[in-house]
Amino acid sequence: MSINGKAYIVGAYEHPTRKAPDKSLAQLHAEVALGALADAGLGKDDVDGYFCAGDAPGMGPLSMVDYLNLRVRHVDSTDTGGSSYLIHVAHAAEAIALGKCRVALITLAGRPRSEGMATGTAPRAGNPGIPEIQFEYPYAPTVANMYAMCAMRHMHQFGTTSEQLAWIKVAASHHAQHNPHALLREVVTVADVLASPMIADPLHRLDCCVITDGGGALIVAHPEIAKSLNRPRVKILGVGEAVKGQFGGEVDLTFSGAAWSGPRAFAEAGVAPGDIQYASIYDSFTITVLMQIEDLGFCEKGMGGRFVADGNLISGVGKLPFNTDGGGLCNNHPANRGGMTKVIEAVRQLRGEAHPAVQVKNCALALAHGTGGSLGLRHGSATLIMERE
Amino acid sequence: MTMSTRRKIPAPEANPETSAYWAAAASGKLAIRECGHCSKLHHYPRALCPFCFKPATGWREVSGRGKIYAYSVMRRAETPYAIAYVTLAEGVTLLTNLIDCDFDHLRIGQEVKLVFQDSEGGPPVPMFTPA
Ligand SMILES: [Zn+2]
Repeated sequence: MSINGKAYIVGAYEHPTRKAPDKSLAQLHAEVALGALADAGLGKDDVDGYFCAGDAPGMGPLSMVDYLNLRVRHVDSTDTGGSSYLIHVAHAAEAIALGKCRVALITLAGRPRSEGMATGTAPRAGNPGIPEIQFEYPYAPTVANMYAMCAMRHMHQFGTTSEQLAWIKVAASHHAQHNPHALLREVVTVADVLASPMIADPLHRLDCCVITDGGGALIVAHPEIAKSLNRPRVKILGVGEAVKGQFGGEVDLTFSGAAWSGPRAFAEAGVAPGDIQYASIYDSFTITVLMQIEDLGFCEKGMGGRFVADGNLISGVGKLPFNTDGGGLCNNHPANRGGMTKVIEAVRQLRGEAHPAVQVKNCALALAHGTGGSLGLRHGSATLIMERE
Repeated sequence: MTMSTRRKIPAPEANPETSAYWAAAASGKLAIRECGHCSKLHHYPRALCPFCFKPATGWREVSGRGKIYAYSVMRRAETPYAIAYVTLAEGVTLLTNLIDCDFDHLRIGQEVKLVFQDSEGGPPVPMFTPA
């Protein structure tokens, strides 16, 4: 059994805020839910499935279902960090295909900027019951230095350069200049990236994503409901998920879980990487993008540096337009979890509702990919392939 | 040249599954979990072998020699430090810090040796320094 064609994304909404000191976390979840339902042309009482991850307040879905006063018959609070929301789309499609719900609401929200979180550079202690904590926390792994080690190994093994990584940020900034809500709208150059302060060798400040408040929501629905709504239809063709860790001490930093989730999604969708017209690629750091592009099959392993250089990711210029909203590198990384905004921009592209300056012409096939957790420690990967009908 | 300075190391919190590892560390030894069934080494230590899923009953005291698999100097920290994966001569790769070293002369593939650094109120923690 396959989920190909069994569910549609009918609503998508990105909160316009990037700093929300005057709003509560639950309120942000509610505001994005309202936005996505309005986008779809549905009401709160139509929702019979609810999906959220660890950014939602309370135990799993319990507090938010109660806060929103939903009457649901299906819930899922799978948490794989920033990739959770792509997995939620996959699980919602599965639940809809099995008849467990017909209108699934997925929400994400957070306020790390207002709360002053040193998201990428402070080690996080974690619960001592987590098995790896005592073997990792004493060495102060952070988000930044663990992704940096992946970059260091990639450079050593494949000859990738800081200039090539910088092109990823340059492409994102070219897109962000057209997004009035983007946190960083200034177009930057390779030289600007290399001149920015070193955070964790070899990653500079401009190799890192932004820290923002805000959120987003999606509505996934049964085909009959999608056909009854007055919106361009975005059909889910294929999904894939994977978890990659340290293999009991046989550590390999040269690939990500995308090498497993990608082929699963392509097989279910019945398409190949060369067919994809637009890709949302998780961009917590520039190295994240480069490794996922290789692992998803857009180029050969080790050739990612050459692939992303010279504007190849810029819409209207290169072969693979990516993150046309400016991505996590320039636009938005709400709650330190970038998967939601990856799906939302792919939906905009398929509907023809991206900014005209970055809209891919006749965009009919798009991919969104997420990586959650730490690329250098353990992470969850999710790949989603969607088609305009 | 950018010589490292030692930072304070938070105490690791042992549990019944890992207490022998930290007891070995307290006597200056790095003990790696060895499976009684398939004889493979693994890290971090588990009661059940993560390869064959049979009880991992042994501990191997390793040589303390290894090579840098990957590293990164965390520049944006009060006391900059080098995090690394080191692959032991015995084949297992573990997360660690590189200490008492020149940050500007670290490289992947470099030979390193085991040293211990005291933690804040806990057992000493295995780290590595250029050999
Ligand atoms: Zn075994």
